[in-house]
Amino acid sequence: MPSLSDRNVADPMTEPFWQACVERKLVIQKCTSCGAHQFYPRPFCLACESDKVQWVEASGQGVVYSVTTVRIPVVDELPPPYILALVDLEEGPRLLTNIEGGNVAIGDAVSLGWRDRDGLPPVPVFRPARRSSARGDA
Amino acid sequence: MAGRPTLAPVFIAGAAETLLGKVTDQSELSMVALAAKEALGEAGLRLRDVDAVFTNYMGEEGSVQLGEYLGLQPRYAESSDMGGASFEFFIHHAMLAIAAGRCNVALIGYASRQRSRRNRKPAITATDGTLAAQFEAPFGIHFPIGHYALSAARYMHQYGVTPEQLARVAVSARKWAALNPKAWVRDPLTVADVLASPLICDPLHKLDCCLVTDGGGVVIVTGRERARDAAKMPVRILGAGESHAQWHVAQCPDLTVTPGAVSGREAFAMAGIAPGDVDVLEPYDNFTHAVLLYLEDLGFCAKGEAGAFVEEGRLDPGGSLPSMTSGGGLSYNHPGALGILLLIEAVRQLRHEAGERQVPDATIAVAHGTGGLAFSTASTVVMARE
Repeated sequence: MPSLSDRNVADPMTEPFWQACVERKLVIQKCTSCGAHQFYPRPFCLACESDKVQWVEASGQGVVYSVTTVRIPVVDELPPPYILALVDLEEGPRLLTNIEGGNVAIGDAVSLGWRDRDGLPPVPVFRPARRSSARGDA
Repeated sequence: MAGRPTLAPVFIAGAAETLLGKVTDQSELSMVALAAKEALGEAGLRLRDVDAVFTNYMGEEGSVQLGEYLGLQPRYAESSDMGGASFEFFIHHAMLAIAAGRCNVALIGYASRQRSRRNRKPAITATDGTLAAQFEAPFGIHFPIGHYALSAARYMHQYGVTPEQLARVAVSARKWAALNPKAWVRDPLTVADVLASPLICDPLHKLDCCLVTDGGGVVIVTGRERARDAAKMPVRILGAGESHAQWHVAQCPDLTVTPGAVSGREAFAMAGIAPGDVDVLEPYDNFTHAVLLYLEDLGFCAKGEAGAFVEEGRLDPGGSLPSMTSGGGLSYNHPGALGILLLIEAVRQLRHEAGERQVPDATIAVAHGTGGLAFSTASTVVMARE
């Protein structure tokens, strides 16, 4: 796989994340000392400062922390309106993402999907979870 | 008194707005230069007396560029980028530097022609290699409305705050603007008008968002000896505080709390005051819900209660906590970095020279700045009429 950092798509710390995206796998860091997960990646665990961090695949299940519908044009690839959200992964870390395939409210369960991009790795997006939504305070 | 500053007293001895609104006959640097002359005139000082320069958003190594333009070679200088709150941070830093004898006369200045030049960038691009480009840009987050909308949505959900309560903040600002001849918009505004304006990023309507105008200003900070010669009444800086939180919105653990909770606590403790002592509040009203968060984080009401707090007009002319008394970023002027104008309006109020919008007997004022993306930075300044 050619380096994505060389094209400024990734940086040397995030290269493994974007390489995993190419294979439609969402990976985050896990500390093998204290068990904490973190994202975006750092060279050590922010919770316990151990350098024993490794990439693990996330379950792809999450809950909406916040959500907004963007109604003005921001980037060419996304004609408005579209849904921008913060999703708390089951493992803990929070991601900025888009919601596709339906509307969601704060507290709703969502699951991972992928959006292809021209000449760039696909990005993780989320869809309303098929199981009944766990509506309530996230 | 416990918590009172042990520092030598420091004052704002001059304050002046630049040209405001739409400025087509001056450059940013000439706007600052003209305001500097006016502010120094109030302080009874000349450019040659200035030995410290503070600025932000005046180009690369901004204090160097502004210093050169004004013919200054300072012995204390700073052009830290703390967003729109930089000028409150600079008051904090200038206060400490002057009290420590590292400089005598600090010039804090800024101007923007963001309206005339239409040079606001709405988005970051996905291939500049930064973390924001990698993890925010692909999802089309408007910079900064998308960040603030996510904060507003979460805050309203968590505390049951209503769109009407947010809109009420814009109504308060407009009531003040009606009393300020320099305000950009002065016609009457209702809660219904705000809610009828187009949604930009839910739950924020167009009229929940601040203006985009040209403007700026200059503030002169000095010690007691120089302040004694001021042509106008100097205003004492009682305390200041600062903090910062996240840059990337997903890194913020709680979007309903701002770093103002830290900067406010620090500033109030240094000043030896409590929220109940504040006569005038100048909050950084870039978005309506932002003012609600500040009211809570600065201790004017409990978490989640600011919506109800503003509903009865407490922030209005004649209210118990007069706020945004110039008309604020929502109705008076927002030059991209509002913090300098918050300080200037606080000075006008404490000098009792605010005309129709004067808060009677104003003795203690607070300017509270924020900056960055959904409350990345915060700095609070407490000022008093001596």
